[in-house]
Amino acid sequence: MNHLLREHAPITSEAWEQIDAEARQRLSPALAGRKLVDFSGPHGWRHSATDLGRSAPLAGAGNGLVARQRRVMPLVELRAPFTVSQDELRDAGRGAVDIDLGSLDEASRHVAHAENVAVFHGWEEAGLSGIAGSSPHPPASLGSSYAEYPFRVAKAVETLMTAGISGPYGLALGPDGYTGVVETTEHGGLVVFDHLRQILGGPIVWAPGLRGAVVVSLRGGDFVFECGQDLSIGYDHHDEQQVHLYLEESFSFRAVTPEAAIALNP
Amino acid sequence: MANSEGLHEAAELLRPETIDRHRAFTSLQEELEAADWYDQRVDATTDPDLGAILAHNRDEEKEHAMMLLEWLRRHDPTLDGHMRTYLFTEGAITEIEAEAEGRGSEGGGLGIGSVKDGPEGEGGRS
Repeated sequence: MNHLLREHAPITSEAWEQIDAEARQRLSPALAGRKLVDFSGPHGWRHSATDLGRSAPLAGAGNGLVARQRRVMPLVELRAPFTVSQDELRDAGRGAVDIDLGSLDEASRHVAHAENVAVFHGWEEAGLSGIAGSSPHPPASLGSSYAEYPFRVAKAVETLMTAGISGPYGLALGPDGYTGVVETTEHGGLVVFDHLRQILGGPIVWAPGLRGAVVVSLRGGDFVFECGQDLSIGYDHHDEQQVHLYLEESFSFRAVTPEAAIALNP
Repeated sequence: MANSEGLHEAAELLRPETIDRHRAFTSLQEELEAADWYDQRVDATTDPDLGAILAHNRDEEKEHAMMLLEWLRRHDPTLDGHMRTYLFTEGAITEIEAEAEGRGSEGGGLGIGSVKDGPEGEGGRS
């Protein structure tokens, strides 16, 4: 048994399967950062920090000794509590395959949103710099209409190419922008989404939590999402009405080559 | 077509990237076989000069094999994941597997991991 204490929950293995499947179904489409950056791990719950390969001078050694201290990036633990009704779990035991997991769905949305924000915009309190904030390229503009996106994104790709950043490239779009490019047709009938794919050579991803857009090189080695414990569901406690569970992960994020991406503001 | 001799399905049914990976897999196989052959010849020869040349050639094949393996890693996310799990580790390899699986679905994890796709991956539009 590990720290998630799932074995202590009054939940049958069939109900656990439904809960886990629902979480996977909700999370996978929304984890936009993971679709564009390198993934390292999972390294396990005991993994506490990312090695940076850096050190800083350290005073106080005395006697003419020279001391330095290694610098690391501590992992963030992210937890979203949710509940499942005991009645629903009893129905799962009777064979119901459509138990109400609305609270889990909300927790999944919050976790995916927070993970995306950390990857794209950073998390100052956690010491994480996001892709958009760490890019040395001045943010470009997305323009005033979705029909302009291909031109704007092509300019962003050109900026990366000029900086020696090879493709293919991926594009993350906030929910409004994503819907806009799927629904918009250019003069001549070409759907903006398809035109963007041709320019990028890589995927366009729906990114809840992202403000604006980000063009990222997919060549690899530029951005690393380091995962300690990957997204997991654990047990907290239960009462007569509810079982209290939580969705949890630990991670860090770093931009190894910040110039391999460029932000586009709305 | 010499490059498709080892294909098990009609070439027109295969994606270009699958055929490229086939080329790399086949080349990797050939390099490792060559290293094995040289290894045996080094043992068998009684001429020290010939043995030194064969050993040199054998080690060159190993370098070629690793270059191919690295290319495959960059073009196969699943292979990349397994290599990150198993390579350059210490201890019993089967225990690494158990530990890795313990971090996944069997340990309470959802097994999501990386969802990064290649340039034309299906996961792009989601």
